[in-house]
Amino acid sequence: MRTLFRFHGGIHPDEHKLESSESPARRAPLAKKLVLPLHQHIGNGAKVAVQVGDRVLKGQMLAGAQGMISAAIHAPTSGTVTAVAPHPVPHPSRLGGLCIHLESDGEDRWIALAPLDFHAMPKSELLGKLRDAGIVGLGGATFPTHVKYGLAPGQRIDTLVINGAECEPWITTDDRLMREHAEGIVRGIEVLRHLSGAAEVLVGIEDNKPQAIAAMRAACAAAPIEVVVVPTLYPSGGEKQLIRILTGKEVPSGGRPTNIGVACNNVATAYAIHRFVDHGEPMISRQVTVTGNVRVPQNIEVLIGTPLAEVVACAEALPGTSGYILGGPMMGLHVDDLHLPMVKSANCIIAKSGQLFPPPPPAMPCIRCTRCAQACPADLQPQDLYWFAKSNNFGKTQEFHLFDCIECGACAYVCPSHIPLVQYFRFAKSEIWQREREAQSAEVARERHEFRQFRIEREKQEKAERLAQKEKAALAAKPAVPAPLPVAADPNADPDNTLQMRVDADIARANMQMRIDAAVARAKEQAAIVQPKNTDDLTPHQQAEITEIETRRAKLREIASHAGADDEPSKSN
Amino acid sequence: MITALLVMIGISLALGAVLGFSAIKFKVEGNPLVEKIDAVLPQTQCGQCGYPGCKPYAEAIAKGEADINKCPPGGEEGIRKLADLLGVDYKPFGEGAAPKAKAVAFIDEQTCIGCTLCLQACPVDAIAGAAKQMHTIIASECTGCELCVEPCPVDCISMKLIPEDISNWKWPYPVYALTPVRNEARKVEAS
Amino acid sequence: MLSSPFITTPGSVSQIMLRVLLALIPGIAAYVWYFGPAILVSIALASVTALATEALMLKLRNRPLKPFLSDNSALITAWLLALSIPPLAPWWMVVVGTAFGIAVAKHLYGGLGNNIFNPAMIGYAVLIISFPGHMTHWLTPHAIGLLELPFADQLNYIFHGILPAGLTLDAVTTATPLDTLKTQLHLGLSVNDIREMPIYGFLGGKGGEMVALGFAVGGIYMLAARIITWYLPLVYLAALFSIAGFFHLYDPAHYASPMFHWFSGAAMLGAFFIFTDPVGSPTTRQGKVIYAAGAALLTWLIRTFGGFPDGVAFAALLMNICVPLIDAYTQPKVFGMKGDGK
Repeated sequence: MRTLFRFHGGIHPDEHKLESSESPARRAPLAKKLVLPLHQHIGNGAKVAVQVGDRVLKGQMLAGAQGMISAAIHAPTSGTVTAVAPHPVPHPSRLGGLCIHLESDGEDRWIALAPLDFHAMPKSELLGKLRDAGIVGLGGATFPTHVKYGLAPGQRIDTLVINGAECEPWITTDDRLMREHAEGIVRGIEVLRHLSGAAEVLVGIEDNKPQAIAAMRAACAAAPIEVVVVPTLYPSGGEKQLIRILTGKEVPSGGRPTNIGVACNNVATAYAIHRFVDHGEPMISRQVTVTGNVRVPQNIEVLIGTPLAEVVACAEALPGTSGYILGGPMMGLHVDDLHLPMVKSANCIIAKSGQLFPPPPPAMPCIRCTRCAQACPADLQPQDLYWFAKSNNFGKTQEFHLFDCIECGACAYVCPSHIPLVQYFRFAKSEIWQREREAQSAEVARERHEFRQFRIEREKQEKAERLAQKEKAALAAKPAVPAPLPVAADPNADPDNTLQMRVDADIARANMQMRIDAAVARAKEQAAIVQPKNTDDLTPHQQAEITEIETRRAKLREIASHAGADDEPSKSN
Repeated sequence: MITALLVMIGISLALGAVLGFSAIKFKVEGNPLVEKIDAVLPQTQCGQCGYPGCKPYAEAIAKGEADINKCPPGGEEGIRKLADLLGVDYKPFGEGAAPKAKAVAFIDEQTCIGCTLCLQACPVDAIAGAAKQMHTIIASECTGCELCVEPCPVDCISMKLIPEDISNWKWPYPVYALTPVRNEARKVEAS
Repeated sequence: MLSSPFITTPGSVSQIMLRVLLALIPGIAAYVWYFGPAILVSIALASVTALATEALMLKLRNRPLKPFLSDNSALITAWLLALSIPPLAPWWMVVVGTAFGIAVAKHLYGGLGNNIFNPAMIGYAVLIISFPGHMTHWLTPHAIGLLELPFADQLNYIFHGILPAGLTLDAVTTATPLDTLKTQLHLGLSVNDIREMPIYGFLGGKGGEMVALGFAVGGIYMLAARIITWYLPLVYLAALFSIAGFFHLYDPAHYASPMFHWFSGAAMLGAFFIFTDPVGSPTTRQGKVIYAAGAALLTWLIRTFGGFPDGVAFAALLMNICVPLIDAYTQPKVFGMKGDGK
């Protein structure tokens, strides 16, 4: 029997898992139109790799990973790319993000699929393939999987933790997945084990999922993988908390599990890796729990990009539904616009009703009862953080380790005053990020300003030197060669040379003024006759360039107007 | 009596020597206060404070010649930080000096005549272009100081508000259910 | 803006406060049993005053009345104050103490959750400083055989200040056991001699010890219901026990026994109901330990050497002042910062 460790705090909310966990997962019908946000993972958004109008096959890459932390996006079905335009995406801001719009042709035709022999290829190549397959963590944070295993020199992984805890109420996708696809999950774990080189593999599952535990135990019997049953306590499925429970080690504040020789992945991610490695399928679908105020709560396999409305329709929302939660009730996102597309992070859709999710009573002042501090799994003092966040004292919130907050919601759950603590923390975090961005741009501005002043100074000096030399040369050789006019603008030079004019002799300045006056006159003419004059007398090459730019602009305008049109419904809701 | 005097003089000479030595030995280059103030200022170099840039304003504050509430781009937060740094009281913005929403300059490329006047006005070299060539704002470097708007002879520069998108969206301050609203209601009634 | 979490515990501030009130009932019952129903009069009087003052202050501060009047916190202040002053105190003293506590100590500091000092203890301190004479006349417990004032006459005294002809207040009241101990020690008697006097019982004062026991029972209920954490009351009682015990062993004739300190005065009430007031006590575990130990030391020092018979109220107020400092120095290490010495 493995010794388990415990983390500080934690809560026991009502589980509500049996509603959806007892029926087998089914598949959602193919949607007519799919919308694929380019930003479905932590890090940089993906870079569009298709053109509007392209016909694509199921599994074809639509957008590639961009930069170190990023992942690719694939076509969930075969069809035509109808647009690359903003569309509302699941985000607390309710703003839109750039999405690829795909119209399915109903054929659902795959690209040529081939399994990978992962043992045969170097690790870096395998990591690249995972990135291009769009494999990201399906536990909720959607951290690109390949980044977790791209180790810095000197780092190594001793323990691989597979997260099957699924501690948040209502959600049962991992439970169902483990019951139905334990073999596949274990295949995926084998790939991760190979990648990490970990000697020890631990699968942590909460003790409220006996069937999943039994299924995983049976599947792991032959492999060097240990299934560990952990007590039910929210948030034991938090990465840091599960690592602590299983290994007793704490991920350092501000660090990653690899700092302590641990890698952690979700069971659903392992299953997705199995689908990719053994079947060649990139990440184009995921399993989601649809529950709450619906007639048939269940788990559904849904293609990424499917409108949420069609997913909810499978479970038939009951009357009295007043909005939905995307994700779990502790950390999820409130949505009321079901046009939003299914994304890789969405593990649960809960239909809210006044009965299941009564609106919180009005907030009362904090009485410093410290129930939040007792519940905090990160050992924070939420009552202090709240106090500072409320008074916009962001420096203090950082001193009190605001950024170690995992936003699990345990504090707000236990608060007898019903203060929206987590919202205060999110507010403070985004304010701090904003200030950091501003401080950075202020630093850049300061440098640029200082350099500019230095440059102006330098140019003045150079001018003076040149003048002195010229005079000397003129004295030395009487038959003077007329010096080239310094104002002759060289279009290839940097804009700096124009500054010479300012410090140049009166003639130059007069010239300048004359030209400006002329230009002003021209501009006025322009206003009168619509045709802009600075595009007259152009070489064919220039003309071609201009046309190209104009088409690009037109496209942008179109996108912008689409964005406006698409934003409307989400705002009015 | 004389001994006492001599001792006192001796001590004062010794202490004076120590002070003089440390003044040379531990001399601080420049005025550290100016650097600290400058670090708080937003570096827009906009001149709205009446000084030709953030550094000169910082110097004026350090000398006690300027008030701390002359920097609209720094916002109230900036005043608070200055007040904190200098150990003086917070001072609200004066009339007409309230901070504006952040914006960047935008050049209407159809109208631009390529006169380079805006290039010379830009304090952070955030405008690309050359004589008779169309100019463009490098939006990521623009501090929104508006100094280029005035010099343009054809009025082709306008300030565009930075739109809110997912990357710069901020969580709103939570609405606190118990804040009294009756005061505001009264104000509305009164007005 | 709707944001997660979307579920909360059913508990609320008013429910917690209500449970604290419930936990006071065993002690009050014992009070009535041993000293008669006069205490109920002061509790009722204090409650009405507290609610009225609360309502007035909320009105003046432009706050909504309903959520704050129903949060039961004013009632706790009222009950604690009523329990710490003599039941025979004139009605206006109860009113002045309660009103001062609520208006000044609570609302001038920002109302619920912002009061640095325990409002009930501020009310008590104001009364004992302003009207020390009235604060020394306590009811004698039944079953001592001393002269007792009938309830009707008690009411008459509370509301009209009139005693039956031929009686003086001193004849029908007594000093508290702690007070008596202090004055008699000054007169040269030893602790053992004093404890032979009729007002003393097995643990503390007769009757009073049972009231203290009642408060302890209520406190254990609050611990069981997780309304308060165990650090504070247990550390307080343990520290009081060890300090008093140490000196009692050193010189039993001059220093009262630890059990006597536990069961007389407001020690039990303080341990479970006064020091545990969340608003005025530290939030960190370590801080609570320091706070409780400091409070115990102050309680014992004031009782033994101070000018006032009991030290609980002043210990509470003095420790209230230290809370921000204690909190600042006892910040626990957060997750991921343990074990690396940072």
